[in-house]
Amino acid sequence: MTAQAQKAQDRPSTDRIERRFEVRAPRARVWRAIANAAEFGAWFGMKLEGAFAGGATIRGRLTIPGYDHLTLEMQLERIDPERYFAYRWHPYAIDPKVDYSTEPTTLVEFHLEEIAGGGGTAVTIVESGFDRIPLARRAEAFRMNHKGWEGQAKKLASYVA
Amino acid sequence: MSPNRGATARKVPPPEAAPLFAALGDTTRLSLLERLSADGPLSITRLSEGTGVTRQAITRHLDSLGRSGLVRDARRGRERVFALEPKRLEKARQYLDHVAAQWDAAAARLKAFVER
Repeated sequence: MTAQAQKAQDRPSTDRIERRFEVRAPRARVWRAIANAAEFGAWFGMKLEGAFAGGATIRGRLTIPGYDHLTLEMQLERIDPERYFAYRWHPYAIDPKVDYSTEPTTLVEFHLEEIAGGGGTAVTIVESGFDRIPLARRAEAFRMNHKGWEGQAKKLASYVA
Repeated sequence: MSPNRGATARKVPPPEAAPLFAALGDTTRLSLLERLSADGPLSITRLSEGTGVTRQAITRHLDSLGRSGLVRDARRGRERVFALEPKRLEKARQYLDHVAAQWDAAAARLKAFVER
């Protein structure tokens, strides 16, 4: 790694989030949970109208309690079976009174890798492009969501416990 | 009137974030920050242009943003020129932490979904 790349990595980014985790399931199973719109909706917490296909835009309605009045749009980018799945959306587009369509989108990417020796699947989720989202919008979304996410976290904790 | 209102008012935000986001909880102040973010340091006169809000009101909003540390001002001749305070705005990074928490929760749901 070059010194410059190292420096870029050390700098706390305000532009991207990256999460990597491992699941005890074959890659084909994880792929279906991501690339099949009905399955994606089941764990994500939304009901999607239509099927995922590269270049398609599909709408969904959140099923998360407290957010179930909200619809959102996913603009599918590249779909590379069992390896890569990417879409764009408006992050935290949570105020039904606001038209977010003119604002920049973020890119959400799922990367799947088989863990050697039948050890399951490594999933990496990256969401990037936040630096293009107006700062004030980010702050506003944070303020509006603070309560909601606390509730979500509690619900999840009791679900997995 | 709403039964949720009391609960919302009692909700304690993270101590650091409280004054920051209170200062941001106003459309005029948000638009002032957007202007400063897009166009750099500006005088009160420039910031008042086209807003339909009086210069006095704009000044009050800017002073409120200044008290929260979101903007700083300097005198340039007879004018006060306002600029974003980048350090303070790094607080917006907290937003990313929340998006990250959202993904952590989604990842846990995905994991449970495929492992069951």
